[in-house]
Amino acid sequence: MLSTENVAFQYNSERGFLFPQLQCKAGEILLVTGQSGCGKTTLLHLLAGILHTNQGKININNTDINTLSSAQKDAFRAKNIGLVYQKAHFLAALTVLDNLKLPGWLGHSKQDTKNIIGLADRLGVAHTLKRLPSKLSIGEQQRISIIRAVINHPSLLLADEPTSALDDQNCNEVYHLLSEMAAQQGSALVIVTHDGRLKEKIKHRVDLNG
Amino acid sequence: MFLNIVWRNLWFKPLNTTLSVVLLAFSTGIISLLLLVQRQLEQKFENDLRDIDLVVGAKGSPLQLVLSAVYHVDAPTGNINLMEAQKLMQNKMVKQAIPLSYGDSYRSFRILGTDTNYIHKYEAVLQDGKFFEHSLDVVLGANVAKTTGHKVGSTFQGTHGEAEQGEVHEGHDYTVTGVLAPTQTILDNLIITPLSSIWEMHDEAAHHDEAEAPDDHHHSAGEEHEGHDHEHEHEQALDSTREVTAFLVKFRSPMGIMTFPRMVNSGTTMQAAVPALEMNRLFHLMGLGITTLRMLAFAIMLISGFSVFIALYNRLKERKYELALLRSLGSSRFMLAALLLTEGVVLSILGFLCGLALSRVGIWVINEQAGSDLRVNLTSQLIPEEGILGAVVLGVGIFAALLPAIKVWRMNLSAALTD
Repeated sequence: MLSTENVAFQYNSERGFLFPQLQCKAGEILLVTGQSGCGKTTLLHLLAGILHTNQGKININNTDINTLSSAQKDAFRAKNIGLVYQKAHFLAALTVLDNLKLPGWLGHSKQDTKNIIGLADRLGVAHTLKRLPSKLSIGEQQRISIIRAVINHPSLLLADEPTSALDDQNCNEVYHLLSEMAAQQGSALVIVTHDGRLKEKIKHRVDLNG
Repeated sequence: MFLNIVWRNLWFKPLNTTLSVVLLAFSTGIISLLLLVQRQLEQKFENDLRDIDLVVGAKGSPLQLVLSAVYHVDAPTGNINLMEAQKLMQNKMVKQAIPLSYGDSYRSFRILGTDTNYIHKYEAVLQDGKFFEHSLDVVLGANVAKTTGHKVGSTFQGTHGEAEQGEVHEGHDYTVTGVLAPTQTILDNLIITPLSSIWEMHDEAAHHDEAEAPDDHHHSAGEEHEGHDHEHEHEQALDSTREVTAFLVKFRSPMGIMTFPRMVNSGTTMQAAVPALEMNRLFHLMGLGITTLRMLAFAIMLISGFSVFIALYNRLKERKYELALLRSLGSSRFMLAALLLTEGVVLSILGFLCGLALSRVGIWVINEQAGSDLRVNLTSQLIPEEGILGAVVLGVGIFAALLPAIKVWRMNLSAALTD
């Protein structure tokens, strides 16, 4: 599902990154670790098509996204990539349910409210759907953001420090939800983190520091 | 979904949105009200003017003469001698001349002595009853009948002058013989009576003053042709001193309007005023005031545009992450820019609609408060100028949203997400 070759990114003449090759098949989990400033987020943004580079190849679902235009990347992202961030963000003015309908709307896929409710039910947040996101606890928000990331059945699920801000229990829970959801949707899951707790759980690892 | 996001976003900060809408509404409201009032006053004046080419009356301000004799909103300039006036009326150039005599009123409605030609000039038809035949018969304008509640057969007493609490002409009861259908002209607010009523009323008053002997007159108000037999000589003598207030002239050809006024103004003690000319002068003066108000309203609109801009721009800082999030979910730059532009557009449409509603309320208030004084009844129909106004407001909304939209268009997505 995901494979990269010789991907590099230059912020300026002094600051740049050359990234190791990455491989992650559908249903697999890849952990990318490294200390702050080693380019973790840069890599994630490159994979998501948020940052653009013309060095190297990023193949997702048999498409080299480096060859796509910015607008094509937006459309590609809407259909193929799900993103989970360290801190969950929402459109504050919309209800949780409407927030969960956004990916379907943007990806031009059918907005299945039943599917949303089903997932929310499974993750124990069905009761929050009618509320505004700001009224939810951090844990609930993170679960909602996971639902939002997987709702479109993305080929690639990218998680940026999804557990760093959580205590052990929530960290475990979020990890399980992510891996379970990815497995269920058949997505390749790439987790970028410095959170050492996840190293014990995921065998397939790439360390950006070395 | 798109509009849902726009709508929810606007009302997520209700105070900001309300301020923008209120400012826009006030500016559109004022401008639309000015447009409506100006247009309708002009139409109204145009309508009341009919085909009156010239007004002849006592010397004084020509504008006052026109306002008093055509629109019945000002005091008359004075009276003119009937004999002298009749000489002018019989001039070859004159197609039709309608004498007017007034000075009395009833409950602030003017009692106008004239002939039925005046009523026909406004194409008025009787709703009820018949036209007057005798002295002290009156025909009521539609509005008068509605306000006073008088019907055919009712009687009332006029008061001297325009004031509601003037001196009552005791012993002289007017009798309503007919009620006119609404004409949407000045006629609706007039009480029409034969010229002889006015003369009778004031001759009588004069007699009282001279003789101070009420028993001189042994006739009652009900009697017609009073004094015709006994005082025939006296009547003859009076004829040369009979007065009217003004007369309205319609010429056979446009030539009349070129030469006739000069003839009147230089050859007689009367003056001639061309209503069309005087009204143009008035509108020009009025226009200056309206222009000032309109500029003020545009200034408010500018401020409201600025407020929309500030509201959107301030929110933009808070929403930077949200907008970045939308892009990371796969929405295009175009859609985000469109989102902000639409917010501006929706604000301006809301403001415009509220403004229209506001101007209609204004019209209603004017009608309620000043309708009878101005003798106008303004309508609330949409006018084409309001379409232009709408486009301007829309432009203001779009313009205010433009900079935020451009900023979103240029947003560095990666940096916005890492902030």
